[in-house]
This record gives sequence, structure tokens and C-alpha cells, in this order.
Amino acid sequence: MQPQKQNSKPKEQKMLAEKASIFYGSFRAVADVTLPVYERQITAIIGPSGCGKSTLLRAFNRMNDLVQGARVDGKVLLDGEDIYGAEVDAVAVRRRVGMVFQRPNPFPKSIYDNVAYGVRLGNSRISKPELDSIVEQSLRGAALWDEVKDKLKSSGTALSGGQQQRLCIARAIAVQPDVLLMDEPCSALDPIATIKIEELMQTLKERYTIMIVTHNMQQASRASDYTVMMMMRADRAGEMIEFDETKRIFTNPRDKRTEDYVSGRFG
Amino acid sequence: MTASKPPRSLKKKTRLGENVIQAFFFFCGFVSIFTTLGIVLALGSQALRFFGEPDINPIELITSIKWSPNIGEIGIWPLVTSTLMTTLLALLVAIPLGLAAAIYLSEYATPKVRNTLKPILEILAGVPTVVYGYFALTFMTPFLRSIFGTDIVKIYNMASAGLVCGIMIIPLICSMSEDALRAVPRSLREGSFGLGATKLETSLKVVLPAALSGVIAAIVVGTSRAVGETMIMATAAGAGPNFTFNPFESAETMAGHIVRISGGDIDYNSIDYTSIFIVGLTLFLMTLGLNFLSRYFVNKYREVYE
Repeated sequence: MQPQKQNSKPKEQKMLAEKASIFYGSFRAVADVTLPVYERQITAIIGPSGCGKSTLLRAFNRMNDLVQGARVDGKVLLDGEDIYGAEVDAVAVRRRVGMVFQRPNPFPKSIYDNVAYGVRLGNSRISKPELDSIVEQSLRGAALWDEVKDKLKSSGTALSGGQQQRLCIARAIAVQPDVLLMDEPCSALDPIATIKIEELMQTLKERYTIMIVTHNMQQASRASDYTVMMMMRADRAGEMIEFDETKRIFTNPRDKRTEDYVSGRFG
Repeated sequence: MTASKPPRSLKKKTRLGENVIQAFFFFCGFVSIFTTLGIVLALGSQALRFFGEPDINPIELITSIKWSPNIGEIGIWPLVTSTLMTTLLALLVAIPLGLAAAIYLSEYATPKVRNTLKPILEILAGVPTVVYGYFALTFMTPFLRSIFGTDIVKIYNMASAGLVCGIMIIPLICSMSEDALRAVPRSLREGSFGLGATKLETSLKVVLPAALSGVIAAIVVGTSRAVGETMIMATAAGAGPNFTFNPFESAETMAGHIVRISGGDIDYNSIDYTSIFIVGLTLFLMTLGLNFLSRYFVNKYREVYE
């Protein structure tokens, strides 16, 4: 299932899942996924509901650790290092692999404090001018600065849904992660806000490696470079049935089920 | 669909049961309002009678620091300061311990531990306050005296009563705060963890501020309980008004004073008797003020979550 390489030069692997299986107690939610994540590319995960897309995504920054009884078999490498290694601190992993969630979840704090939150965690003695500049850069990076620069002190929860989601993106990039995981970031947004986030992803990928879970076929085909197709097996574990360049997945997939799914015949 | 079936009538019906129930619910709501009005009236009329006495100068209530109404000294401060002292001591115990326990239960404990601990904690809230009073007198006071010395700590003292009162309100503050903390949506915690925050950072910097209105409401309700606490104070804080800020001194609180005077053999027409209504009214106004304060904070810091 290696991607075709004839018309693009090989990309660096930023992350790599190796035979990763994810369990909730004795239930296997995701089975044996081997998936490379290429640096500064957008990798989309698609597939019908309940096939373990979000669960797989959350394995890439150990968010599943927060669920009691969850565990991961196999390896997930970040720059060659297994993030599930015995010596590895999950908190440190999440500082390098940030996350944007399905519903915008700004903290009930000011816009400024939302963006500054993660920065202050790592560095409580950061100077005010330095923090100001990080906040501004992050908000610019999330294409939100012009809309909020005059009201940085007002609450982040008072923004519109699309603005809130961009605030969450600003908050995530403020800590300068290597990888950004996005779990259906547009599912709670209207089409215009969705387009803005998609455009933003294209600028973000110049600096960050992005993985996105989406239910929206157009979004996956428009916005991503690589696509992972997942399905639920008979034993209800999610498996990866195809991984390839997005172009190929949407025009000439190898697996009949992928073809059926992306053409809207089921799911 | 058969055409022969007549359509259901859309005509208005009178539903008698609805009206009766609505009247009943209104009545239930009205009872509490009526009771409050009754309390204000009862306290107010007796207080007016007190101020009508020839020897009484109402302004002395807040200018004098001596309270012995039978000889015309009606400075309420000794009773107020001791009440504030014991309340302050109670809060010094109850806020840190109650809040820490709430954070533990809400953020750290596994469901199994929480479901075991919370009911036990709530049993503590059901212990009669007279039991706490004797706990103060027979455990806390000797304990304090053994630490600080018997010549410094009086047998009846505000410290013992205040600390035990604090222990009494821990479950209240803990339980209400825990409810507020748990109402904070999981998504906010995930947002924080996703940025590389630890559990402690998430609890203190995201969950606690997000639950602030509920936590403040818990503290204010706890304060009201401490201000109005009677049995612990009457048992352990001392009998007799004393204007002092030394917690190891004996000094009677407002509630303690009322229960001592009203329980004693005194003439219902004596000035001592009518004076307790002044104390009662002051106490009522203090707790009323706290309730307004609570409402203010709840509205100011309220976050509405889906």
C-alpha cells in the first residue's frame, strides 16, 4: 500500500504507525494500521461512521490515554521515536503533536489568554512583549488577526463558530507543534467558515504536517494530499483498506469498497 | 386513510386537573415567599419595639463596642466581630480542604472511588451540629490547648468553634464545587490536554476558572452556614459578648447569643428579650447580603455550556 511515486518526489516521513492496534478494554477499535504521515503534507482519513477514524487520529498524540482502559499495541513513531515508548511523556508528545477538535472548544477566557495558554504552560516567565508577538503571529497564522485585533481582551466564547475554530487553530499553533491533528474540524461550521478553514490548511501545511479526519468527500479531495480509507471489519474493528495519494483514491482506487464510498454509493 | 372516519376535533377543552395543579404549584412557591415576609415582619416589629424603649439610642448600635442591653449598652460589634472571626476561621479550613477534595473527586478519582467517597463525605454533612459542638469542646479545644498552652487558649474559645465549624461545612463546599467542576464539558479538558497541559494545569487553569461561578456559590452558601451556625458556637465559643480579635479568647457569636438568651429564664417583656430580635435582624441582613453577593457572582462568572 505504498503511495505511487512516479509523479512526485519522495516525501519525508514525519510520523509512522506500525501495526498499530487500539483497544478499549478488550474491544479492539482499530486493527493493525500501518500508515506513513508525510512531512508538510495533508493526510485525510475517510470512511463510514464508527470505523475508528477519530480513534486512529487520537493515537497519534496519545489523546486516547485519557480514556480509561484504552491502550495501543504496535508503534507510532514521531521522527523515528516511538511515542508509546516506556520513557516517553504523553504531555511532551502533545506539545509536538497538537490537536483541533470536532466542535470548537475555546476556553472561557479572553481571546488573548486562549492563544497564550499553551505558551505559558511551557514557559511561565515569558516576557509580555514576547508573548504579545507570539499571540499576534499565531492569530495571523490562523487568519483571525484582522477580525479580533481590536478585541483581544473579550471572551473567546463570544466569537462565531468559524472564528472559534480558527481561535482553536491559533491556540494549537502557538505552541509550535510539528504536527496538527484535526478531528472533523469543519463538521460544526457553515460552508463559508469551512472554506476559510480549508484555505487556512493550505497555508498551514507550508510549516506543519497535518492529519485530518473528515466525513466530507469534497473536503478530502480538495484539501488533502494523501488519503486513508478505513472500514469496519466484521468483528467491528476498524481497519485501513487503502492508502494513497488523494488524486488516485478519488479517481482510480484499487479497492472496490473505496470506489463505492468515494462515489457516494454507501456511507 | 378511509374517508368515512370523522377528523379529530380541534375544539378547546377545559382541563381541570391542569388548573388545580398549577394553583397548587403556585401556592407552594408562595409559601416560601410568605414565610420570608413573615420573618421580616416578626423581626422588624420586635426591633422597632426595642428602639422605642426610652433608654435606647439606636445610633449606639454601631458606635458602641459594648453589648449589655439590660444596662442600656447596645453596641452590637462584640457579637458581630466574634461571628466574623469564627466564620473566617471556618472558611480558612473549609475552602482549601473542600475545594481540594472537590478537585480530587472530579478530576483525579476513578468513577469507583468517587462513587464510594462522595456518599461518605455527604454523611459528614448529615451529622447533627450539636455533635460537632461536643467534638469541638472535647477534642479540638484540648488539642489546641496542648499545642498553644492552657494559659493562652481559653476553655471556651473562637478558634476551636471556628475550626470545627469549618470541618462541618467541608462536605457542603466540596459537594457543590464538585458538581460545578463536573459540569465543565469534557471538550475543554481535551483542549487543554491537547496543548500539552498536565492534569494539574488543566484542573487549576481551565476547569476551575470555567466552574468559578458554581464554586463561588458553594463558598457563599458555606459562609452563610458558618455565619448562622448556632450549636457549635453556643457549645464551644463561649457565653458572653467579648470584643476581641484574639481567636483563643472566649466570645459569644450572634447565633450563640440568641440561643442562650431565648433559652434562659427571662421575661418576655424585658429588654434582654427584645434585644435578641435586633441581633436576629442583623444576622438576617448579613445572610441576605451574602445571598445577593452569591447571585451577583453567579451571574458575573456564569458560563453556559451546551
